[in-house]
Amino acid sequence: MTAKPLADYPLELSGPDAPMVRFRNVTKRYGDLTVLDSLNLDVAEGEMVTIIGPSGSGKTTVLRMLMTLEPIDGGVIYVDGRPLTHMPGQGGLIRADARHLRRERANIGMCFQHFNLFPHMTALENCMEGPVQVLGLSKQDARERGEELLEMVGMADKRDEHPARLSGGQQQRVAIARALAMRPKVMLFDEVTSALDPEVTGEVTSVIRNLVGAHNLTMLMVTHQMGFARDISDRVCFFYDGRIEEQGTPDELFDNPQQERTQQFLSAVNEAF
Amino acid sequence: MIGWRWDFTLSILPRLLEATLNTLLAAGMGYAIAMVLGLIFALGQRTPIKPLTFILREFIEFIRSTPLVLQIFFVFYVGPQFGIRLSPWTAGMIAIGLHYAAYLSEVYRGALNAVPRGQWEAATSLNLSMRQTYGRIIIPQALPHAIAGMGNYLVGIFKDTPMLSVIGVAELMHTANAIGAENYRFLEPFTMVGIIFLVISLPTAALVRLFETWLRRKLGMIR
Repeated sequence: MTAKPLADYPLELSGPDAPMVRFRNVTKRYGDLTVLDSLNLDVAEGEMVTIIGPSGSGKTTVLRMLMTLEPIDGGVIYVDGRPLTHMPGQGGLIRADARHLRRERANIGMCFQHFNLFPHMTALENCMEGPVQVLGLSKQDARERGEELLEMVGMADKRDEHPARLSGGQQQRVAIARALAMRPKVMLFDEVTSALDPEVTGEVTSVIRNLVGAHNLTMLMVTHQMGFARDISDRVCFFYDGRIEEQGTPDELFDNPQQERTQQFLSAVNEAF
Repeated sequence: MIGWRWDFTLSILPRLLEATLNTLLAAGMGYAIAMVLGLIFALGQRTPIKPLTFILREFIEFIRSTPLVLQIFFVFYVGPQFGIRLSPWTAGMIAIGLHYAAYLSEVYRGALNAVPRGQWEAATSLNLSMRQTYGRIIIPQALPHAIAGMGNYLVGIFKDTPMLSVIGVAELMHTANAIGAENYRFLEPFTMVGIIFLVISLPTAALVRLFETWLRRKLGMIR
């Protein structure tokens, strides 16, 4: 490992300034290709951070590592003050085992580009699966929770339909309800509107819009919808070539980008729409 | 000796039908063993334990590359040399169960691989355990992919049960052969065996197709 020895990383983050999510020198490689190069990123509790950038810049990998779908090759990720990718061991942090991962990822929920609803379950059953199987809720409680969330995303009338009978926008709204049913502290949205027809993206973005500021939920979002990112983000990070090239408030980044690559990317995106 | 004799046919029918029950029993038991063992073989190959996956892989290839009759003989006749004395039924069920387990494990393997990776990721994002992920998410979705192949091998194991006659399992073929030898007439018993196999195989294949459609609909995977 070329990064700092893991003895130098704190076993926990505490204090009023402790972020909800912290990436510390996080590196990710696929073979010889370095997708993320020593990433440092803090997300505060309740903050909405959007990641933009050209494809292949490592945006989605950030979310996938945080969801523990991808192991990391260097550095440490902390969530809610505790290490996620590692756990306390002798002489410092050691790589997390399956048990530690399972305990810590309970804080995180994720929505995917292609929804990934369970096709053999109805909308409501999709929302009940995690609460019943993982959180140990009674079927009655899980049903109430699921119905409430489906109501919130405007899908209450479709609760008994299987995903195959729902449109993309409807499936994505169910997927958001399913993730929220686990009561995560951090929600990840990975290009949730990219697979949708343009006329239905609004039904998904409006659901996410309503989540901002509610329940003190911390959110990370990867999106290509610049207008949406600008509207709802507290902070926007522009990724380029596995690094954060530039970050700032939406106004700073979109109106007054400092880096040449950011300017190029934004003007290219503006031309496309 | 020439010409079909209906009176003889009718007289041997009860014995043949009784033997048909044994054939069905052998096929059913063998298939039940194969379904369970096959799943164990398929899941075993998906573990990260390299020696286990290697051994299972080679074992399955070995079984698929050697004749069933040899395997039946092997279990029945070679076993006693090592002090393992099995009845024809037990030896036959082990041999045919293992044989078809190897084939079914390949069906399962393909079906499990057909479940999109996104389903695994969704299961992880909901923090389901490995057992819950397989049991509640992956296997139910793999099942429709497996049914057609499983149906083929169900008919296959049924048609292969006559091989058990070589070690003296009193199934249909064994009985027909005995009737023929007793009466010096083989036309009627063997013809009836063919008809009985046909009458059972054809509807089974059709039922499997119906079951597949029903299952897909029940799982909400077709509109």
